[in-house]
Amino acid sequence: MVSERVERVLLSGNEAVARGAWEAGVAVGVGYPGTPSTEVLECLATLGDARSEWAPNEKVALEVAVGVSLGGRRVLVTMKHVGLNVAADPLFTLAYTGVRGGLVILVADDPGMHSSQNEQDTRMLARAAKVPVLEPSDSQEALLMTKAAFEMSERFDLPFVVRSSTRISHSKGLVETGARDEAPPVGGYATDARKYVMMPGNARVRRVDLESRLEVLADESQRLDVDRVEMRDTVVGVITSGVAYWQVREALPDASVLKLGLTNPLSEDTIREFAKSVDRVAVVEELDPYLETSLRAMGVEVEITSVPRTGELTARAVAEGLGRDVAALREPIAGLPGRPPVMCPGCPHRGVFYALKRMRAIVTGDIGCYTLAALPPLSSMDTCVCMGASIGMAHGLELVVGEDDRPVVAVIGDSTYAHSGLTGLVNAVYNRGDSTIVVLDNRTTAMTGHQDNPVTGRTLMGEETTELDLAAVGVALGAASVRVIDPHDLASAEEVLREEVARSGVSLVVAKAPCALLLKDEHSPVGVDDEACTACGVCIRLGCPAISKAQDGKAFIDVALCVGCGQCEQVCTFDAIVPAGPACDIGGGV
Amino acid sequence: MTTSVLLVGVGGQGTILASDVLAKVAAGTGLDVKLSEVHGMSQRGGSVETSVRFGDEVASPMADAGAVDVLIAFELLEAARWAHHVAPGGRVFASVRRIPPLSVLIGSDPYPEGLEIELEERGATLIDADELACEAGSPKSANIVLLGAASQALSFDEGIWRKVISTRVPPHTVKANIRAFELGREAGAPRGEC
Ligand SMILES: Cc1ncc(C[n+]2csc(CCOP(=O)(O)OP(=O)(O)O)c2C)c(N)n1
Repeated sequence: MVSERVERVLLSGNEAVARGAWEAGVAVGVGYPGTPSTEVLECLATLGDARSEWAPNEKVALEVAVGVSLGGRRVLVTMKHVGLNVAADPLFTLAYTGVRGGLVILVADDPGMHSSQNEQDTRMLARAAKVPVLEPSDSQEALLMTKAAFEMSERFDLPFVVRSSTRISHSKGLVETGARDEAPPVGGYATDARKYVMMPGNARVRRVDLESRLEVLADESQRLDVDRVEMRDTVVGVITSGVAYWQVREALPDASVLKLGLTNPLSEDTIREFAKSVDRVAVVEELDPYLETSLRAMGVEVEITSVPRTGELTARAVAEGLGRDVAALREPIAGLPGRPPVMCPGCPHRGVFYALKRMRAIVTGDIGCYTLAALPPLSSMDTCVCMGASIGMAHGLELVVGEDDRPVVAVIGDSTYAHSGLTGLVNAVYNRGDSTIVVLDNRTTAMTGHQDNPVTGRTLMGEETTELDLAAVGVALGAASVRVIDPHDLASAEEVLREEVARSGVSLVVAKAPCALLLKDEHSPVGVDDEACTACGVCIRLGCPAISKAQDGKAFIDVALCVGCGQCEQVCTFDAIVPAGPACDIGGGV
Repeated sequence: MTTSVLLVGVGGQGTILASDVLAKVAAGTGLDVKLSEVHGMSQRGGSVETSVRFGDEVASPMADAGAVDVLIAFELLEAARWAHHVAPGGRVFASVRRIPPLSVLIGSDPYPEGLEIELEERGATLIDADELACEAGSPKSANIVLLGAASQALSFDEGIWRKVISTRVPPHTVKANIRAFELGREAGAPRGEC
């Protein structure tokens, strides 16, 4: 037989995870979007053979996965780091019950917080949950480790976390792929109450069993072929994991390295042997000192690493931290304005925040594109903590701020509301609250790249499904008043909001208009009538990136960006904003 | 030896497609390649940056500050923001396109003056990528114009560039994009002494 040259394809870490799961024969993938994890399920959905689903939140996703596993099939769960907090409740007890079909949870951390509200380290939570963690360092390993994790999950009767991070999930590298194995059958569903009904009597037994399952895994870890020792110069030996491994290779190409693939539980023998074989041990890891404290607890002498504890690791930071000389950077060009992301031209969210700003409302906010309303010139969001927090926080504030104070309004996106807003509404109604809650129903999960969700009427597999009727649910949950507004109609949106904050009892306002990026219709952009414009600056305060202030202070509208939402026309009291005519008349600008 | 290319711009400018083309060109010549992008908020008009690194064996996926061999900037302010990341002897190819950030649009900040001069003093090659893209027949091909310019500093032959571009852009724009590449390549050529 002629050996064929293996073809390697350029895959992102997320595509590689999906591919690894697919090759392992997964039946189902389930998760909730979250950067940088989102593309895993989107990719799995295109590979065929497996069903992929968006759950409304990570807790439900994990629970669905447990069902699949108990039914005897392999299942992949995906989420970002903070999603694991939401899924923590089932996770902690899942370690007790164990699994039937392999259950693997891809969790993607976001060191440096490129698109997250915090920088927590998944290894810490997984260890607290007594769940094993595998850490790939690039796309190839992401595929291989995900694939292997299913087999390990079944063999050790434990759910497995595969921990990725932004620089793995959103990096591409060359990957050798394989064929799909239909997973060996573990048998269909079978009742086993002592294993799956975690009431105290059963849980006590499983608690002890869990320790022994973890011990077996730790004992076997050397034979799993996931940790790797690379002996080079023995003056310094570096212990590392994940993408930090590549920063170490870049910064100290001559150093010996122990690259840990399994970071919970740790293979103590491997670590001790490696530590003995080098003069000094250094630990290089991203985020929390997880390995460092574990090694110290084992009695391994760790040469202190001065690698930063916050933010993303770079090869430069590793070299500096380990005392290597690094060349000074050139002088940066000073005085440059920043470029934070902005709400798009025509974004329906803008209309709601414009009204809330005029009402001087205290706005408890939530997470999504609309969080950008906290930035100037709208500057009309006061808080953003975690998904769903807006509604509980509004109720809490209202318990203590006086009646004459500024009105309190909770603002939450449609996907976020389905994720964890509903229970907040139940709470406000139950506790005789006065909250005004605005659900920004832009018909999509925009922030993470336009995923479908329970309000959109479409599934991840592209099937039509029942839409969550936000207004009907509001009524059913007991809101005293439920109104639906068009956020592009500024005057009536403001009028409704003013009425609802004045009303006692819980009000739910559904601001319904599709995300501007979903609009496929012909746009009819507007322009400025220079004669009529008085340079009053009101339209500028909408913060629309299509509108700018010209040298003379008058408004200028970029027709290439304007989608004709009409909001600026409404705020202009001088009728200076007029239809721009067909875009092709304006010339071939880009 | 690993070569580090950093592509920077504003969401929507096609930096990601350009990075993909570059990565595939490098892979197509048998090199190891890694690409790393930060695109969390790219659709919202924020800064975007992508590293493409290639060589016999690439370690880190990120082009580190101070170690960038080639900086390809799709917008002038972004070129200025990242210029100090370039290694001594590295090259900068920057579009003269200006996209004002929101603080400039609303009149809180001026768009900085004199960036062209400052960048040229640092050895940058400035490219009127939009003009050349229109000349090529597709205003959207400015990203490929810039790749063409930067190809002068990268040692891949033209054939592989053409091949990858042809497979990576929409079929009806292949001709315009190939032309965009050629015009960019001319514009990026070292200027002869006179
Ligand atoms: C627990 C948790 N899961 C996921 C995310 C990632 N995330 C941030 S906002 C968001 C959804 C935003 O959608 P929506 O509420 O509909 O607002 P939009 O962006 O459409 O305005 C997601 C999934 C997160 N921050 N926290």
